[in-house]
Order: sequence, then structure tokens, then C-alpha cells
Amino acid sequence: MLSHIPDSHIVLDAVQKTYNNRPVLNGINLTIKFGEFVAVVGKSGCGKSTLLRLVAGLEKYDGGSICVGGMALNRLNKHARIMFQDGRLLPWKRVIDNVGLGLHGNWKMEALQALRNVGLEERGQDWPAKLSGGQKQRVALARALVHKPDILLLDEPLGALDALTRIEMQDLIETIWKEKKFTSILVTHDVEEAVAIADRVILIEDGKIVLNKLINLPRPRQRSNSAFANHVEEILDRIMLRGKEKELLVVNRQPETLPLVRKAKKVVPESSYKEESVRNGIKDHQKPQ
Amino acid sequence: MKPSINGAAKVFIPWAVPVLLLLCWQIFASMGVIPPRILPAPLDVLKAAVELTQTGELLDHLSISLGRALTGFLIGGTIGFLLGLFNGISKVSELFFDTSIQMLRNIPHLALIPLVILWFGIDETSKIFIVALGVLFPVYINTYHGIKSVDKNLIEMGQAYGLKGGALFWTIIFPGALSSILVGIRFSLGVMWMTLIVAETISAHSGIGYMAMNAREFMQMDVIVLSIVLYALFGKLSDVIARMVEGKWLQWNS
Ligand SMILES: Nc1ncnc2c1ncn2[C@@H]1O[C@H](COP(=O)(O)OP(=O)(O)OP(=O)(O)O)[C@@H](O)[C@H]1O
Ligand SMILES: [Mg+2]
Repeated sequence: MLSHIPDSHIVLDAVQKTYNNRPVLNGINLTIKFGEFVAVVGKSGCGKSTLLRLVAGLEKYDGGSICVGGMALNRLNKHARIMFQDGRLLPWKRVIDNVGLGLHGNWKMEALQALRNVGLEERGQDWPAKLSGGQKQRVALARALVHKPDILLLDEPLGALDALTRIEMQDLIETIWKEKKFTSILVTHDVEEAVAIADRVILIEDGKIVLNKLINLPRPRQRSNSAFANHVEEILDRIMLRGKEKELLVVNRQPETLPLVRKAKKVVPESSYKEESVRNGIKDHQKPQ
Repeated sequence: MKPSINGAAKVFIPWAVPVLLLLCWQIFASMGVIPPRILPAPLDVLKAAVELTQTGELLDHLSISLGRALTGFLIGGTIGFLLGLFNGISKVSELFFDTSIQMLRNIPHLALIPLVILWFGIDETSKIFIVALGVLFPVYINTYHGIKSVDKNLIEMGQAYGLKGGALFWTIIFPGALSSILVGIRFSLGVMWMTLIVAETISAHSGIGYMAMNAREFMQMDVIVLSIVLYALFGKLSDVIARMVEGKWLQWNS
């Protein structure tokens, strides 16, 4: 058993998950310490959400083992709360009742406090439909936090938000994490976001962890800082390795069409290209060099 | 900018056309353009209503029809709702019953009237049975589809937050299906009146439909028109009630 590694909170050992005979996760080994903040990046469909759902106990794994706090996980993970990309507020419940979902006893005060923590104490009586996208995600965050989870799982919670709101929310999540000291796994497409909040960034490719990078930057992190930019660059380079190989294949196969594409793309100045792709993260990063 | 229509106007404007039509009808009838044998004047219909109310006949027929409608609706609605519920939630139940129900659904329930008369005679049971049968399917279909189409992501979220069994059903599945269920109920209210009219017209000793058929034998045009108007009013009334319920239960949707 791996569970006796002293300060490890979540231990995944050779975890496998297969859908319809197609392996999605194929031997994931990952040890997360108590209070650690881990970001997971990777291409769309590489199994990031699947990984989170396994840790949340929403789905069974097909091989290997997952231990949480030294105990093998084989059903719903009661210590974890998950926050989804699409918020998933119940439209027929008012904001305060959404936050109180699954709470018992005298929960109103706790729910109100949780709303206060995300700056929405005045919107308790509103219907979720009346909130903006960012506000909805803050309610979803409050709903997760009100349970005082030991583990907070975040599945691209900020993916649908605009850049400014996203940075605001990143700061909010970091602040709350520092205060409550829970363990957290954040799935994101945005490498910059990963570097901004995580202690460690892992990259999933072909069902395996292919990069496991500690981010040793002091907090609060300055995005303009060159060390920060280097980290982002390094992770992006690793992700792009694949992209470059594929591009080479394309070059070999159809040499006559490529120059045209390049000429067309060259119109955009190199610098703005870089900024854009860094901001948008991995999804948009397969640009021609 | 569009001129805004204030609250009072919103209430009255929909009634402008019916009132105007009534006025024209009355005017033409009293001018003799419409002969009373074809269509009696609105005031004559009103007079018939007053007379029948005074003898107590109207109230008797009304309460009998209303009783049949509601009893049939409650029985059919409950069965349809429960079947929809079970088949929506349980795969096993769905496998067992859905195909059969879909097959039965395609038989027009009014076609069963001769059979039902042979089974139950022309007493109350036959009318309630036919109404219940007519109401059952729209409620079933909409409940079933409502439950089937509840967002799976919301259900997963509920499970992740520790809800299961009854709590999961009442917090997520039922509210998620409710708007569809209410559509079924509203539709089946229409079916309820239509079925009852037909059943009462064909075989009854009482009720509004019987009153109309009976009036035909004595050429009482005003009474026939009165019963048609009554059906229209009741149809409208049940629609208004259904809308009010929807407005209250689906507040979050507005
Ligand atoms: N319930 C399921 N049934 C069948 N296949 C599934 C199921 N859930 C996920 N998959 C498949 O598993 C793979 C990984 O899905 P997953 O949702 O984990 O990707 P992801 O990395 O989160 O992608 P994205 O960044 O787009 O959210 C995909 O190919 C997907 O089609
Ligand atoms: Mg995902």
C-alpha cells in the first residue's frame, strides 16, 4: 500500500480508466500532499475531467488504486467537493438554496457566510438566471466551500469567463485556498492560469502524466515577472512538442500547400501572436512557426 | 420606442374582439338578419341561462359534468403521472411497459365509446372511464419525457453533493421535469372537456352534453347555444387555472 507516505493526501497508483474499450487514462501515478494546489493541463479530450471525476468518486476506475487520506476510495469521496465548468446551479432554486444544497440542520447562516466570502451576500434571494456568468461561478464556488471540503476539485471553473473576471476569480480562489488550507486540483486549458495559482503543474498526454513541474515562485505571483513567463513558456513548449512533430508530418506530405498558409499568417506580427496564444492556453496554440 | 401598454389595457384588450362580435351578433339577430331558428340572439341565450338557473336544472347538469370531468381527470392523470414517473426513472419498468403504452396511445380513445357502453352501460362509470383514458396519455408522455430529459449533469452534480434517493428526486429530477409535466396537464385538460362533451352527447341522462341533446329534440336553440358557451367558458377557465399554477411553480423560468 502506498497510503503510508507521510504527508500525502491523495495517491493515485497506476490508475486506469477505459470507455468502450478505449483507454482514456492509462497508468496515472500521482501523489498530492495535504494542502497542495495541483493544476492539470492537457489537450481537449485527454481525460482531465475523467481524472477529476475519479478522484471525486463519481466514477469507478478500471485498474490501479486511489487512496484519499490513507483510505482506498471506492465510492463517493465525501471529503471532496467539485466545481464544474458550467456551474450547474439549479435554476429552480434561489441562490441561497443552491448554496445550501446537501446541507442539513441550521444551514442558512453557513450558506450566507459562504456567499459573503465570494462577495454575493446580497444576491441570496435571486434566481440563478438573473446572475452574470462570473457571479454564477462564484455561487458555485460558495456552494463547494460551504461544505468545508478537505479537497476542492475544480474542472475548468473559469473557462467560460472573460479575461478580467478570470483573473479576479483566480485571485479569489487563491485567497480562499490560502485561508482554508484545503488540497486542490484545478483542471484548466490556460497554462498561465495554472502557473499563477498552482504549486505544481502536470500535463496529461495519451493517458499518462508526461510533465510534472513544480512552480517555485513566491506568492502573490507577478504575471509580468520573467520567471513566471519562463515557466509558462516551458510548459507550452512541452505541449507544443507534439504540435511540431505533427506539423513536420504535414510538411512532408503536402509541401506545396504550406507556404501559402504561412504567408497568410505572417501578416499578424509575431509578438501579438505569442500573447494571444499564451492567454488562450493550449487549445489555440498549434500555430505555424 | 414602442408605446408601452399599461396593466389595465392588457387585461381588457383581449376581450375587445369577443365583445364586439357579441354586439354584432345581437344587433343582426334583433334586426332579423339572423333568423332565431339558425342562431338565437345572445340575450335570448342569457335568458335561457337565467330560466334554467331558476329551476335549478342548470346547476344540476353543471355539477354533474364538472364532477365527471374532475373524477376522470384525477384518475387518468394520477395513473399517467405514476406510469410516466416509473418508466422515466426505472429502466426495467420502461422496458416492460413503454412499448405497450405507446401502442395503446395510438388508439383514439373516443373509438372505444361503443365498447365502453357495452361494458359499463351508460351510467357514470363509462364516462369517467373514457375521460380518464383520454387524460392518461398526454400526462404519461409528458411526464416520461420530462423525467428523461432532466439534465444528466445536474443529476451528477446532485450526487456529488451527497443527494440520493428521495432527496435527489425532489430536489433535481422532479423540478427539472415539472415544466414538461405541466404542459401535459394543460393539454390533458383540453382533452378532458372534449371527451366529456362527446361522451355526454352520445350516452347520458344528465350533464351539459345531455342538456344540449335534449334541447335538440324540442328545438330549443337557445339552450343548445348555452351549453356550447358553457363548454367554452369552462375550457377557458381550466386553461387560466393551469397557467396560474405554471406561473407560480415555474417562477424561476420567467
Ligand atoms: N461517459 C463517457 N462515456 C464514454 N466516453 C467518455 C465518457 N466520458 C468521457 N469520455 C471520453 O473520454 C475522453 C476524455 O474525456 P474528458 O471529459 O475527461 O476530457 P477532458 O480532458 O476533460 O476534455 P476537455 O478539455 O474538452 O474538457 C474523451 O475522449 C471522451 O469522449
Ligand atoms: Mg473536461
